[in-house]
Amino acid sequence: MITEQIVERLKSIMGSEKRILLEKADLVSYSYDGSFGAYIPEIILQPISTEETAGIVKLANEMKIPVYPRGRGTSLSGGPLPVHGGMVLDFSRWTQKLIIDPEDTVAIVSPGVITADIDREAQRYGLMYPPDPSSSHVSTIGGNLAENAGGPRGLKYGVTKDYVLGLEIVTPEGEIIRTGGRTVKNVTGYDLTKLIVGSEGTLGIITEATLQLIPRPRATQTMMVIFDDIIDAGKAISAVLTSGILPSKMEIMDQASIQAVEEFQPIGLPTDVDAIILIELDGHPIAIRDESEQVKKVCLEVGAREAIIARDEESAGNLWKARKLVSPAIVRKKPTKISEDATIPRSKIPEMFRRLQEIKAKYEIDLVVFGHAGDGNLHPNIITDKQDKEEMKRVEKAVAEIFTAAIELGGTLSGEHGIGTMKAPFMEMELGKAGLDMMKRMKKAWDPNNIMNPGKIFPEIKGQRLVLVHD
Amino acid sequence: MTSQLAYKETFDCVQCGYCLPACPTYGTMGKERHSPRGRINLVQMAAEGKITIDEITESMELCLGCRACETACPTNVQYGKILESFKQVKRAEAPSPFVENMALQKALPNKKLLAAMRASLRAYQKTGIDSVARKSKALSILPEQLRAFEEIAPAVEMPNKQLRTGILLPESEPKARVAFFTGCIMDVFFAKINDLSIKLLQHAGCEVTVIKEQTCCGALQNHSGDTGTSRKLAKENIAAFEEGNFDFVVNAIGGCGAMLVEYDHLLAHEAEWAERARVFAQKNKDVSVILNKLGINFSRELSGVVTYQPSCHLLNVQKVADDPIQLLESIPGITYVPLPKGDMCCGSAGIYNIVHYEESMEILDAKMEDVHNISPDTIVTSNPGCHLQMCLGVKREGLEERVRVVHIIELLAEACGFDHK
Repeated sequence: MITEQIVERLKSIMGSEKRILLEKADLVSYSYDGSFGAYIPEIILQPISTEETAGIVKLANEMKIPVYPRGRGTSLSGGPLPVHGGMVLDFSRWTQKLIIDPEDTVAIVSPGVITADIDREAQRYGLMYPPDPSSSHVSTIGGNLAENAGGPRGLKYGVTKDYVLGLEIVTPEGEIIRTGGRTVKNVTGYDLTKLIVGSEGTLGIITEATLQLIPRPRATQTMMVIFDDIIDAGKAISAVLTSGILPSKMEIMDQASIQAVEEFQPIGLPTDVDAIILIELDGHPIAIRDESEQVKKVCLEVGAREAIIARDEESAGNLWKARKLVSPAIVRKKPTKISEDATIPRSKIPEMFRRLQEIKAKYEIDLVVFGHAGDGNLHPNIITDKQDKEEMKRVEKAVAEIFTAAIELGGTLSGEHGIGTMKAPFMEMELGKAGLDMMKRMKKAWDPNNIMNPGKIFPEIKGQRLVLVHD
Repeated sequence: MTSQLAYKETFDCVQCGYCLPACPTYGTMGKERHSPRGRINLVQMAAEGKITIDEITESMELCLGCRACETACPTNVQYGKILESFKQVKRAEAPSPFVENMALQKALPNKKLLAAMRASLRAYQKTGIDSVARKSKALSILPEQLRAFEEIAPAVEMPNKQLRTGILLPESEPKARVAFFTGCIMDVFFAKINDLSIKLLQHAGCEVTVIKEQTCCGALQNHSGDTGTSRKLAKENIAAFEEGNFDFVVNAIGGCGAMLVEYDHLLAHEAEWAERARVFAQKNKDVSVILNKLGINFSRELSGVVTYQPSCHLLNVQKVADDPIQLLESIPGITYVPLPKGDMCCGSAGIYNIVHYEESMEILDAKMEDVHNISPDTIVTSNPGCHLQMCLGVKREGLEERVRVVHIIELLAEACGFDHK
């Protein structure tokens, strides 16, 4: 319960009362994210300094009020949802610090900075911040760090955690600590930086990050490879990656997504094929010109029908347009889209596609598959209608079965979206009882009063199920 | 009453948040409830009875209606429809003030009244009373927002009658037969731009007719939730323009054009009108589209750095993005520099800048920062509302001596050597 006295104390902590929101229109506006479910918080605070954040958390810990940190709410796993009410801490206004140090090749950022802005600033110095979740023009770096977000470039460059050198954190007890530093090499003590990145806001709040930047590749080259058989597509991915070439992106689209795009906006994709792979190479212009010819050769050798190399930036843009159109194309039939990110070892891609087709038929659902083929991070997307309760029950079961399939094939529940609320019921299946228990013990040590983003990652009751619609 | 809200449409939103960076009010106000995703959710909550219309009113009314969110949306949410449904419900609950109704329902569609208004404005400016009034602070009794606009009001000129009677033929065989849509407010404040548009169309090879029977497009009424008046005006326009069997109906007003191309939505449920509205909507084109398609022979070289602030309704509703830029780039002598975040609304938004002056000025200030970054000599606009707002922005920054604001038509006419008479 947030009493008037607590509000008064919060007013003395916050630099401005304008960043304390209590109106009903505000409360319902922070009840959701990009995933499922809506939970109304009691108050929203928009901190813009470490002192404000530490003050709020200290008070929350003292009064045992749940704290839900949030960026711009693009999460697909329920990370910021205030499932137990309490306080939402909206960090989207804390955009003030974005410093590029070209000599140390690092960026120092405040949590509300938009991810794509970091890369754009880095570009001015010939540098790059590689992690590129598809929401990077919307999402905040704080949210990306909490969820350990990734994107298409993960294949070559890794994900958010691979670019974090140091953090400033407010602990669940309101203490301010620093982890790591601003050097590439640092082995002093436990690597708390890596522990916090991807902890989904359950172990503390990131108030500043020092990020590693790398030299920016001088050019990119895009190509599209068309396959009559998805098995050949799987072979091609492995063949390319063992040919001495590491593309920056390898994105796959299945037949259902290709057909959806062609029905929506005909751009001349062949609809009688099993799969398309879009490949991007980056590096020196002369090198990638040569490499793209090699990739083409390798793909044709393993049975690709055709490989088209983009002539210039414009035609490259047109090839990527196909991938961009998937989302608007697939929601034309039904409005609700459930985007999963179950990830499997690369060699299991054809097998995973087969399993997904079985699940699609078994539960009579609309399912398309696209995603980051190069690193086995597929995005099975279920297209449904949230208002159709009967279908949603089938969807819940299908999602559960997708997770089971991924784990059975040696993969994982989540490649880049995080566990949040949606995948919490499946944690034990992947980690085992003892594995999950070790994580719970760490949570308990960091957050004895369980105030920091409670209700996430860990199932709250035994036998918890995935629920997408409430009756 | 809330059953009239566009409830079904709100479910098209998957809450991905891709609209947030496109929304000017989310940018300046920094709260989710002033974002498109927030507003869509509020309408859904209201339709479900979980929040009252009153509780969501501030958020909804502070929306500019620029519809940049529709362009950014990856799942084609019809935000315009959702916003309009709120306006209708709100209007039914609490009718607009009498004066506003009078202005929107009676004055705008009334040609004689508009002509009288133009004449008196012109007299006011010509006699020099305006500068006396400004100096003597006699105008300080006006609220700040009206004073601000009074100072930047353009010099009102009478429309050229010769261009408005009969059929104007091009020098050679006509490439297209077009009817010119003058608009109501446009023809009071910016008759000159209409005149120049007509001349340019003729110059580019069009046969141009200005039909007398045309009336106000109904956009402002529609934005205030008075769909009834908009439908009535739409029918009058459709019937009027059907007469001549023109290839295109052309206008130079981004906002009006957006209403005209959506007549098919407006009359979709009226069996007798739906098809006629569809045909009419397809014929409506912004002047820049036609001129770019036909090409213009320029006769004079201009100079300086030119940037372009698109009309939101031209860009996001009419989906005209490249034509004005291609035209600008074709003008000899000028250097075209894109305006950073040019696709963001300038805060004019119909009568938003008068009704929500402070919020509008915050949006304008953000816009002017982007203008500063490229230091243009000329800012080009494509809609009278944006034009006035950008004039105000230039004035607020004290740049009147260095930066001029023109409608794209004025710049094209200059490069064609047209001296306006």
